[in-house]
Amino acid sequence: MSVTTAPTGGISLQGNRLPRFAPYVVVVGAVALGALVTMLLGLSWVAAPVLAVIVVDIALPLWSRLVEGRRAAANRGVTCLVWTALGCTLVPLVWVLAEVVIKGAPGINAHLLTHDGTPYFDPKTLVTTAGGGAFHALVGTLMVTLCAVIISVPVGLMTAVYLVEYARGSWLARGVTLMVDVMTGIPSIVAGLFAVALFTLADPSLRMGIMGSVALSLLMIPTVVRSAEEMMRLVPNDLREAAYALGVPKWRTVLKVVLRTSLGGIITGVMLAVSRVIGETAPLLVAIGSIDETNWNPFSGRMETLPVFIMDNYTQGATTPDGYKWAWSGALLLIAIVMVLNLIARIIGKIFAPKTGR
Amino acid sequence: MAKSIDVSDVNIYYGDFLAVQGVNMSIRAGAVTAFIGPSGCGKSTFLRSLNRMHEVIPGARVEGKIVVDGQDLYGPGIDPVAVRRTVGMVFQRPNPFPTMSIYDNVLAGSRLNAKKIKKADADEIVERSLRGANLWQEVKDRLGKPGMGLSGGQQQRLCIARAIAVQPEILLMDEPCSALDPISTSAVEDLIHQLKDDYTIVIVTHNMQQAARVSDDTGFFNLKATGEPGHLVEFNPTKKMFANPDDPATEAYISGRFG
Repeated sequence: MSVTTAPTGGISLQGNRLPRFAPYVVVVGAVALGALVTMLLGLSWVAAPVLAVIVVDIALPLWSRLVEGRRAAANRGVTCLVWTALGCTLVPLVWVLAEVVIKGAPGINAHLLTHDGTPYFDPKTLVTTAGGGAFHALVGTLMVTLCAVIISVPVGLMTAVYLVEYARGSWLARGVTLMVDVMTGIPSIVAGLFAVALFTLADPSLRMGIMGSVALSLLMIPTVVRSAEEMMRLVPNDLREAAYALGVPKWRTVLKVVLRTSLGGIITGVMLAVSRVIGETAPLLVAIGSIDETNWNPFSGRMETLPVFIMDNYTQGATTPDGYKWAWSGALLLIAIVMVLNLIARIIGKIFAPKTGR
Repeated sequence: MAKSIDVSDVNIYYGDFLAVQGVNMSIRAGAVTAFIGPSGCGKSTFLRSLNRMHEVIPGARVEGKIVVDGQDLYGPGIDPVAVRRTVGMVFQRPNPFPTMSIYDNVLAGSRLNAKKIKKADADEIVERSLRGANLWQEVKDRLGKPGMGLSGGQQQRLCIARAIAVQPEILLMDEPCSALDPISTSAVEDLIHQLKDDYTIVIVTHNMQQAARVSDDTGFFNLKATGEPGHLVEFNPTKKMFANPDDPATEAYISGRFG
């Protein structure tokens, strides 16, 4: 840490540096200080980490300024801020996950996964108990989302193909792009109301699972179009020309070269869209309502879905003894489904990704 | 099986911009024809008009007659897809399909067109094409590996194998060696010598030594002035072109006095 004088006329490449353990010293000191101040002033425990972070963000750049100079201090300061931002992002995420697992995991059992919400009569004890199953909601969520994917993926993909491969900047393409952007901003409840209005033109009391799927696909399509468009634009023009030069017609080039090459990215985009809509509550509540029985048929009658199941149980939590527990378990199931779907999509994407290795 | 190409009064446009003007030439069957000229003079544009690849670019169009085997490529009722099956093309940058293995890349012409081929026939086409492209010895043990894993020179020969696998009559090459090192270039040039027995080859090159080495005829394209359309200055047998050109501009370009 001593200043080395450069030989006269030479250039000095040396400068003072903080010791390598400096950041750790500051962090440990800041944590201790934060804890001490919190205890002395009798603040809530939340104050301790917040104080510690603030102290690190100020102390480390200050120390660096005194020893290392301005540039190094700026570097330390920005590094501290980036780490702080990372923490601010991660804390709620981990917190939510932990909360859901801690409160939801105890409720997950075979009964929950195999029974629906209908009250059942135990012939041994002669007692009728509330349903306590989420099977009907699980089935409903999977069926409704599956139908939404079946509707929105072809529509979204074909729109993207039109925009990227055929439109060539026509007024129609600009209109479609604008509409897609507008659709991205549709509040989900509006999508639900639209689906209801569409299907109840003939029969006002009509309720079926596919209505929810239509509402969800309205929310999915813009995401699918956008991501598929981006992915297809990334396919180099060289590949299209290579296919044309082999006498391959345009539609086959689009199908087998452009879509095939961008498939991995498109699947990821579809998964993002699914993750976005699978937790939607409002449109499903409006469009397909809620029910206690298991209904596999999306074309007839109401269906239960996990978000609505969570909401029902939570609102009844005060009266039903296990309401809160089931709500948290439903939340955990929902997160688990999204995670499993994401994993599957990643594996499929990996299989179809362009191979570059030797 | 090689065919000749007769070009008369061809004008090539990008939208309203006239890029190449008034080209007339006769490209001999079973010979190698090279196009040389400064950048932006329309060599590649003209080459791409020979298999109707030019019109892939929005707004691009061609006027005039390009006759192959008695049929005008731009005549009514001509299917551009059929033209491209007869007139194959190799590009400046190697562009194997990244999702396909070496084997599938060679068969891409039929695979992408969903043609059913027996396994034995497919194997035969792959071996014949890769041998034709001088690549068989290097890749025969790893045909299932991705085509992108090959070196640049190997990728370019893979693209040539892919182009000859569909058995075109004519093969167009757009600066096929400009992204390759001298050894790969030499491999591709040897290949061009072998291929001209079966195909009519048209090659665009910036390398005049290469034109002199590989071609039988040479066309020199030039711009009249900046912003003016490109045009064909001189079209002659390569020997004459490099020894005793008709046009002083050609001599100036070849001897390196401009361009």
